[in-house]
Amino acid sequence: MPIFGLFGRKNKSSAAAARERLQILISHERQNRLGPDFLPDLQREILDVVKKYVAVRDDQVSIRVDREGDASVLELNVTLPEN
Amino acid sequence: MAIVVTVTSGKGGVGKTTSSAAIAAGLAQAGHRTVVIDFDVGLRNLDLVMGVERRVVFDFVSVISGEASLNQALIQDKRLERLSILAASQTKDKDALTEDGVGQVIEQLSDMGFEYIVCDSPAGIERGATMALYFADHAVIVTNPEVSSVRDSDRILGILQSKSKHAEEGGRVNEHLLITRYDPVRVDQGEMLSKEDVCDILAVKLIGVIPESKAVLKASNTGFPVILDAESDAGMAYSDAVARFLGEDRPLRFVTPKKQGLLSRILGGGD
Repeated sequence: MPIFGLFGRKNKSSAAAARERLQILISHERQNRLGPDFLPDLQREILDVVKKYVAVRDDQVSIRVDREGDASVLELNVTLPEN
Repeated sequence: MAIVVTVTSGKGGVGKTTSSAAIAAGLAQAGHRTVVIDFDVGLRNLDLVMGVERRVVFDFVSVISGEASLNQALIQDKRLERLSILAASQTKDKDALTEDGVGQVIEQLSDMGFEYIVCDSPAGIERGATMALYFADHAVIVTNPEVSSVRDSDRILGILQSKSKHAEEGGRVNEHLLITRYDPVRVDQGEMLSKEDVCDILAVKLIGVIPESKAVLKASNTGFPVILDAESDAGMAYSDAVARFLGEDRPLRFVTPKKQGLLSRILGGGD
């Protein structure tokens, strides 16, 4: 290996793998962290309103905040039952 | 008002106490009256690293609870006249640290004329750690070039940006990244995250890179801050970091592999 080292030849390094894994993980964790504190309450109240009109289960409503440049986008997803 | 510098990391064993001792000693060496406080209630170690373990009578918690005055609890360093140490309690539990209590101690230390208050945070994100960073003006994030340390540092950055006093008041803590246990040879071989990788991922300004060094263990064995070992690579790297913190512009040292002869490279010499 030292001889190959002389010519700077490298396989894909473990450091590169570490960097890649961290970049993905940390951007994901930051996104969760950036979500405002009121999100769980908002989700619950929206769910209550939706339930007044349509019979949906709790897990059929999802809510998330994404960052796009300077703006935050609130995304609300309601899966309506077939009928 | 004194400037509060919190040394924190999330993960344990990355060099917070070593760095706290070095930074506090470095600030005192530069002529600033400095006190370093151990926030690791129940598991104190700063006293040992600073070599004052036999002089601890009262501690941080006994001051907060009113059992002792600050003057009784502060330990004056024998090597640096501008440096004092406030040890953590070894017996009480971490709930003994209250926001009011810690705030009052910081205020009193300011009134006593200390210019810098260095807070040595415990590992984790529980009370000791959140109290250590709550009053921070500056935070030194100690990170090893290793995945779990980087992840935990990012977690701590999140807490600094949401739960610190400055954040609550709409401001921001000054964040500085200190990479420790850096091995340029392994970085060169692609076995260790580079300083650029860590900086990019955490998006924090780099204040220093401390090489993996035998001097660190030697210093803690004998109870003196490694920065006082002015001949050692780690000592010099800490001196550079403190100088940068104080606004000096210094190039990074010990970040590239030492030059090896051709023969030793072929034979795989060194380590």
